[in-house]
Amino acid sequence: MPGVAGAESLLGEVEEAEAALREAADRALDGEASFEAVIAADQKIEPRDAMPDAYRAGLIRQIAQHAHSEIIGMQPEGNWISRAPSLRRKAILLAKVQDEAGHGLYLYAAAETLGVSRAELDAALLTGKQKYSSIFNYPTLSWADVGAIGWLVDGAAIVNQVPLCRCSYGPYARAMIRVCKEESFHQRQGYQSLYVLAQGTPEQRAMAQDAVDRWWYPSLAMFGPPDADSTHSAQSMAWKVKRFSNDELRQRFVDMCVPQAEILGVTLPDPDLKWNEERGHYDYTSPDFEELMRVVKGDGPCNRQRLAHRNRAHEEGAWVREAAAAYAAKNRKVSA
Amino acid sequence: MTSDQPLWEVFVRPRRGLAHTHAGSLHAPDAGMALRHARDLYTRRQEGVSIWVVPAAEITASSPDEKDSFFDPAADKIYRHPTFYELPEGVAHL
Repeated sequence: MPGVAGAESLLGEVEEAEAALREAADRALDGEASFEAVIAADQKIEPRDAMPDAYRAGLIRQIAQHAHSEIIGMQPEGNWISRAPSLRRKAILLAKVQDEAGHGLYLYAAAETLGVSRAELDAALLTGKQKYSSIFNYPTLSWADVGAIGWLVDGAAIVNQVPLCRCSYGPYARAMIRVCKEESFHQRQGYQSLYVLAQGTPEQRAMAQDAVDRWWYPSLAMFGPPDADSTHSAQSMAWKVKRFSNDELRQRFVDMCVPQAEILGVTLPDPDLKWNEERGHYDYTSPDFEELMRVVKGDGPCNRQRLAHRNRAHEEGAWVREAAAAYAAKNRKVSA
Repeated sequence: MTSDQPLWEVFVRPRRGLAHTHAGSLHAPDAGMALRHARDLYTRRQEGVSIWVVPAAEITASSPDEKDSFFDPAADKIYRHPTFYELPEGVAHL
């Protein structure tokens, strides 16, 4: 397959973030380091450190929403596990969906270090009190969608997440380093799967193009509202939770995707997409942010279905949790 | 609920010759399940050759509020470091 330069340099960025984390940890801070001093020195805040209430609350909101996204994110692709075109593709897809579950669990554990319980987090997802990424409210209509999700959705997620490896909260930064390393496999398998389709029969090529047409703008919307309308950004930047603005990251993603699309032989569905010599970036059409807000508020194609499925899975798994608890209680009694 | 299950801290030995290091945490009803979950969660890509799981409730931790006074006794004993000692010029193997 052709080289995916974007993924390689992104993985390099993850490794740099990991090295920076170790290097910052080795620099001694004098005396009783205040929250501000730790942030200023690019060191990490750890779970039992003093921190402003708003820092704690903001991180819980962000990490929880991120964890919920991983959990709900299993559904669109899980939809194709039983219909994967070969055993090889099925094994890859299973491993990927299992990774998403793992990522959700790393992130829940990071959120719990801030004093929120897993019960609260579970309830917030199941009742719809907390959101997950709106991208997962779009349906996966064909097998090519699995490839397009890997390339575009996971690609956008990585661009968003790589800077989080440098987040000022230690447990979140460490979880993100682990997530990003695994996520790069997701993006590559998607790109490669789409590449195979794009080299295939006219029908397969049309299927790949149709998937790209449907996933392009929702992927651009994953970076959130334009900077001017972003509500949490300024404080989040000052606290070094967030490192780049929504629009900066969106631009970075577009610049990465254009050459990748050319190699794939698919057309990105934007007639105004063109290189801007002056800016040194591609000009592109913004996604429909009104649509994004509609989907965030619950009116996307699959919002109700996704949440209903999660609730059903949770209820249907109750007997397993009860049996495991009963077995653990019995063994405690025997050994007591 | 998963949430009613106790929290376990997971330590993984990456390779022979290295110490177990903290990998993360998870909820499980008992130690056996905690080990299996830890394998599925933290060693999906051969990251380890050995796993410890420890009930988080059994860990006693020092408090960051008392960090300074707690670790203070070591701060003024610089004579514990070899660099404290000035040696006459030319002396080798020391």
